[in-house]
Amino acid sequence: MSWAFRIGALLAGLAVLAAGVGLVWLPYDTASVNIAERTLGPSMAHPLGTDHFGRDMVSMLMAGARTSIAVALLAVGIGAGAGVPLGLLAAARRGAWVDEVVMRGNDLIFAFPSLVIAILITAVFGPSAVNAILAIGIFNIPVFARVARGGALPLWTLDYVMAARVAGKGRGRISVEHILPNIANLLIVQATIQFSLGILAEAALSYVGLGAQPPTASWGRMLADAQTMIYTEPQLAILPGLAIVGTVLGLNLLGDGLRDLLDPRLRRMRM
Amino acid sequence: MTALLENEGPRPHGGGSELSDPATDRDALLAFDRLSLAIHGTTILHDVSLALFAGRVTGLVGESGSGKSMTALAAIGLLPDGAATSGAIRMDGRDLVALRERDWLGIRGNDVAMIFQEPMTALNPVHTIGAQVAETLRLRGASRAEAMRIARDRLDRVGLSRIPLDRYPHELSGGQRQRVCIALAIARRPRLLIADEPTTALDVTTQAEILALLRGLVDDEGMALLLITHDLGVVAGIADRVAVMNNGRIVEADTTEALFRHHRDPYTRDLLAASRVPARARRKVPPDPVLAARDVVRTYGAHRAVDGVSFTLHRGESLGLVGESGCGKSTLTRALLGLEPVQGGAIELMGRPGGTAMTRGERAKVSVVFQDPYGSFDPRWTVRRIVAEPFHLTGRPRDADARLAATLERVGLGAGDLDKYPHEFSGGQRQRIAIARALVTEPEVLVLDEAVSALDVRVRAQVLALLDDLQTRLGLAYLFIGHDLSVVRAIADRVIVMQAGRFVEEGPVADVFTAPESDYTRTLIAAAPAIPDAWVKETS
Repeated sequence: MSWAFRIGALLAGLAVLAAGVGLVWLPYDTASVNIAERTLGPSMAHPLGTDHFGRDMVSMLMAGARTSIAVALLAVGIGAGAGVPLGLLAAARRGAWVDEVVMRGNDLIFAFPSLVIAILITAVFGPSAVNAILAIGIFNIPVFARVARGGALPLWTLDYVMAARVAGKGRGRISVEHILPNIANLLIVQATIQFSLGILAEAALSYVGLGAQPPTASWGRMLADAQTMIYTEPQLAILPGLAIVGTVLGLNLLGDGLRDLLDPRLRRMRM
Repeated sequence: MTALLENEGPRPHGGGSELSDPATDRDALLAFDRLSLAIHGTTILHDVSLALFAGRVTGLVGESGSGKSMTALAAIGLLPDGAATSGAIRMDGRDLVALRERDWLGIRGNDVAMIFQEPMTALNPVHTIGAQVAETLRLRGASRAEAMRIARDRLDRVGLSRIPLDRYPHELSGGQRQRVCIALAIARRPRLLIADEPTTALDVTTQAEILALLRGLVDDEGMALLLITHDLGVVAGIADRVAVMNNGRIVEADTTEALFRHHRDPYTRDLLAASRVPARARRKVPPDPVLAARDVVRTYGAHRAVDGVSFTLHRGESLGLVGESGCGKSTLTRALLGLEPVQGGAIELMGRPGGTAMTRGERAKVSVVFQDPYGSFDPRWTVRRIVAEPFHLTGRPRDADARLAATLERVGLGAGDLDKYPHEFSGGQRQRIAIARALVTEPEVLVLDEAVSALDVRVRAQVLALLDDLQTRLGLAYLFIGHDLSVVRAIADRVIVMQAGRFVEEGPVADVFTAPESDYTRTLIAAAPAIPDAWVKETS
């Protein structure tokens, strides 16, 4: 395993751990304001200090991780859940009208600037975490559809698929039994990359106030809130910034590492 | 094309007085001297000693994994990472093994050049053929005009005088592309040309043309040619000297005719025996049609891939279907298996409508074995699941596990293999698994689509023997599709020759081979590489 893969796994693991722990326990409540303890420096009670409302920064970052990862995970789930079946269907019916409809629909979604449309969706339907998830998720669908179709097409020419057809199996069944397991590695790598993009998109939407709404903590809004104090309290911007950069970098390194690890050519050599 | 066809048959070489000189390494253009090679600690070559001479063709014969390709790569300095060598490769008083990559740049293309098996991937699809041949000359500082002039000359020499330089690889046929590869390799007039299975991906008539071209180049230009192949028929027709390789060792080397006539090594004997599959004895098969096609037409747009063909296959009979790539035999197979509709005519299975009209139960009566023992199985499935897949047609029987075990034993594997994965088996064993999968529903008809074409000769002989045995025991009807006439002769009772979507000849296999009626069949038979009978009579 490469050093990049290890670092990636470490960084991404840290974010996921923070989010997981944050689901059940936070050191301090992140919803209550305590002006008396505002902008404290690091101490035993608050290892990373407190923000301008006196909230503990460790708790804020953990709660932010919870939000970011939940939004990105659900968005990837929507993208993969709808995109992979569409891609498999398009590959199974290559050249037929179904394929055309799916792929041209993909092209249509790709033609829109994703973040602008996400902003539009949240602006029209109101800013909330759910709308952010839907907005990001919709733009994941064509990505997964393309990867699934691209991975499936060469498999359809293989003899074992022909053998399954001779055994009377339909295209749907072959897609599930033979095609999907053999493109799973491609999809896992793509999911990792989309996950990191989802975290970025969530942070961006929160930054402009269209993501999760207060009192739900979010890295993007922590950045926005810290903006006016960037010269007096720079750590309030730096900490959520590092959290975003570290998580995205970690996921990208993890994705690259997985790609190498699951590469069919390398796998064949090991066999 | 016709001019080339006239002199393309196997031309027995070697053994004559011109070669009676006991070749010594001092005369050699390039000599492997006790070359050993290990890659990441695994020994690939043991003490390989082999001399290559100017104006001579040296055949290096072996099965897959014998180390013949690594020997070739060592001679052109293209060994993979992690290769550790001992011994020497001598050329012009230098030891090539000791050279650094920078020194190799002056040798590759200039002194030593190479052509590969797959002409489809050996050329860059985005450059014209002229530019690709000229590129190697430009590397040596030739002007653009000069490089293009030489490229034209070299392409003329390989028989492409009517192909303009500005053609792209995809505009050419497989044989033409291999000619471009040869032109590219000989552009700088190397003294040694290495050809690694140069005709394995080509049709038999194209193969004969390419071999004749290579022989001509060796004779005219005084090059040395190291021809690597698995096919003893090919070396019998073209090589002056032959070395036989097994498990990284050269087990025997001699002039070609002497090697065929007086080989001593048991491995050479096995290889030779397996290469000459005996023709099947004439059998009487009582008429009992199981599969029939009447005037079947399959079109793709305006192209008639299968153009009105008819045949009848009887119970217990083997019918061979021979043709070159693109003749329509695979298309016909897919129609017979009911995977694609036909646009005209009818297919009948045991007196009922066949093809796409088959019910699930009827589909279980026609099975298929494919060519590629590596692509035939889902790599993530166990043998148990793979062999049981056709039960989808019949419903899984109560005694499924017992039947799976029995079927595996029938093809020479054991019940203990059921829970292994395909990658744990060799190519020959995989083909047995494929046969087991085809047999598990107890079919009447087995379609063998190039089922032994990808196998090494010794494994091929075993699989052919298995097929013969299964037919006798189970009364199966075989439709044996192939391009290799000698193999078809070994298993078929009757043979059909197909060309451009039509059947050009049909008859008992012995008659078609001894007295072919159509010109095309005659061409095919003449082009097939064969070991002269006289060379093997003494030992067999």
